[in-house]
Formats: sequence, C-alpha cells, structure tokens
Amino acid sequence: MLKIVKILTIVIGVYCIAGLVPVARSIVVPSFKAVKGDYTYQWHRVANEAEQKSLKVKYQGSDYCKDCHPDNYQKVKASKHAMVQCENCHGPAVEHPESPQKLVIDQRRELCLRCHSNLPYRPKQYAGLSTGPIPMKMQDPEQHNPGIECTACHDVHSAGFK
Amino acid sequence: MNNQTRREFIKLGAVTLAGGAISMRLGVFDFLKPEAVAEITTGPAKNWGFVVDATKCVGCGMCVKACKLENGVPFDSPVSRTWVERYINTKDGEVIIDSPKLARDGYITNEPLGKQIPEENIGKAFFVPKLCNHCEHPSCVKGCPVGATYKTADGVVLVDKEWCIGCGYCINNCPYGARFFHPETQIIDKCTFCYHRITKGMQSACVEACAFGARKIGDLNDPNSEVHKIVNTQRVAVLKPDTHNKPKVFYIGLDMMVI
Repeated sequence: MLKIVKILTIVIGVYCIAGLVPVARSIVVPSFKAVKGDYTYQWHRVANEAEQKSLKVKYQGSDYCKDCHPDNYQKVKASKHAMVQCENCHGPAVEHPESPQKLVIDQRRELCLRCHSNLPYRPKQYAGLSTGPIPMKMQDPEQHNPGIECTACHDVHSAGFK
Repeated sequence: MNNQTRREFIKLGAVTLAGGAISMRLGVFDFLKPEAVAEITTGPAKNWGFVVDATKCVGCGMCVKACKLENGVPFDSPVSRTWVERYINTKDGEVIIDSPKLARDGYITNEPLGKQIPEENIGKAFFVPKLCNHCEHPSCVKGCPVGATYKTADGVVLVDKEWCIGCGYCINNCPYGARFFHPETQIIDKCTFCYHRITKGMQSACVEACAFGARKIGDLNDPNSEVHKIVNTQRVAVLKPDTHNKPKVFYIGLDMMVI
C-alpha cells in the first residue's frame, strides 16, 4: 500500500513539473506562430520578419547617384555601359556622402576583364540594350597592352577612348 | 526464374544498377509541365520567384561581389549566398565544372581547374549562376530542430539569426548546397532574395549588379511581373525537380550536364 502511494506521489510530482514547462516556455521563449496553420514550413518567431526587413541597404542603385553626379550619370546612361551600375566599379554607396565620405574606385585591369577578357564561354553578342544587340568587345589580356591600366586610354563612363 | 544461375543474377543486377544510374543522371532537370507552371504562378498572395537566363551570363561575377558586400558575408571566406559555375564540355566528351572563389572575382582566364583547354577543343561552354531556390516545399526547413528557419507568407526562406543554434541539419537537407556556416556569426547563412530590399520595392543586390539582365526577381503570382511572364511563356526548367522541393528559381538555357 505504502509503495503505491510513493509511486503515485512521484508520478503526480512529475506531471506537475511537466505542466510547468509550457508556462515557463511562454515566458522564456518568444512568440512563435505557425502562419496559416502551416507547422511544417511556417512555424517561426514572428518578430524575425521585421528584423529581416530592417537590415541596412548598402547598394543604393544608380538613381541614388543621379542628383549629385548628373554629368557622369548621363554620360554612362548614353553609353554602351548604360546597364552597368555605378556601384559595380565604385563600391556600395551605403550612406555616401556621410559614410563613407569617399568611395574607393576599382580601376584594376581585373575589374574590366571580368566582362572583357576574351573567353570562349561568353555569349559574343549581347542583346540587353534597347538600341539592339551590341558585340561584346573582348580582349586577350596578355596581348592587349599588358601591365597598363585600362583607364589609361579608355574612358569607362563613355565606354570609348579618352 | 528458379534455374537462373548466380552469374546471370549478378549480371542482371549490374545492368539494373547502371540503368538506374543513367536515368537518375538524365533526371537532373526537367522542363515544367503547364499544370506545374499554373500551380506555382497563380494565387492571391505574393510569391517571390527568380529567373536566371543562363544564355546571357558572361561570368563577370559582379552579382557575387555585390551579394557579399550587401549581406555582410566575409569577402575572403570561401562561402557565398550566390555563386556562378562554369561548365565546359570538350569535344572528347569530358565535362569540366569549376567555380574559383565562387566567381567572386569573375572569370578572366581560360584555365578551368588549372588546365589549359585549347579553344578548338571546346564543344559547348557556358556559365550558370546559382542561389537559394526558395522552394515551395523547402526540405531544409523540415530539418530544423528549433524552428529557426522558415518560409515567409510571401514565399522566401529565411534564417532567424537569434534562434539558430548552428547544428547544420539544414545544410545537409538542402539539395542545392545553398546554405553554409557563416564564419563570423557561427550560425547558418543563406540567400534571402535580399528580403530587406525586395520588401522596400528595390531589387535584390545581385539582380541590380547584373549588367546583362541574366537575373530577374519578381512576384510569380502577379500577371504583370516579368518573372510571371517568362515562366508562363518561355521554356524554363528548374534544378533537381526529382527532389519535389518545387524550387522557385527558374532557368533559361540549362543543359543536361548542369548539376
């Protein structure tokens, strides 16, 4: 008889502690929700969606540059480099001109060669511009003036010679 | 069947295995049936999707650079949320696949895997940009033991940085290799379609950085969006449809050798 009471006490005790778990969890664990009742794919901490949305945008896009640098903006947009974003070469604007105050311009040959190195894998005709297909100007970096920066002769903004 | 010799039995087994292996290889990608397209591109809610036009990619890797800088992925670590693969099929039938530094610096030399390949020996060759497929049925989410990764109501698969314990089950569960350990935060990181940008009306950093229009993002359920039009009117394919994950990155210009 005593033994049964003992076992019962232990069982009830375990149940009482276990019953506290959901209560404790609701305090410690932030609010989780299965959106649309989808426990398989949408069970998550709801506040995280807002956190994800509030992350900082670093690449601002060419329109961000337009107002302060209208000359270069218009020059590029009229050139065959029209679809190349300012930030591809100038780096992310973030909060320029506050921070960073000056953007670092990548003028290495390697940057130009990303598109213009003569590789047999690239599509040779490029049809992305409204003016129709333009041939991709490709160069063999070992033949074409090795060791000199492309910008020594070429004007990137007008996609032509200086 | 009873008087089959052991030799015959083993032979049959080997043939079956080889056949299976070949059909698996052939099943690497499928063109989508109209019903499948209709199912994934209709619905009242927003459903973010992506189109990659592999025929336009020149392998400049500007997308990878922009993604890394935009999303704080360590620039010199061999991990990235998006990457570009180079596929070369030589005339001898050899397939070479590489992605040096995950194409962070683009492809500027013709030395895949350190090999010089003469131009006349190249049968076909092209680039394939890759990223998280933001599947309709993400197997990575199913594997998470703590509910740290989830699909949003508008169809983007995200990782809760506060809640992730970095166990890595989702890395194993992703058939596309799209997830990785972030070397600084020590938890899982992955492509978010730039959720902080697309929810503000901007485009993903990789889409914006692409000067060739090889990448497009938009609402699959919006009949006016470019991705909806492409998926419904052009010949698109997805990677590894046999996983039944229902990926939402659609490709133009895939080939049998793409894995």
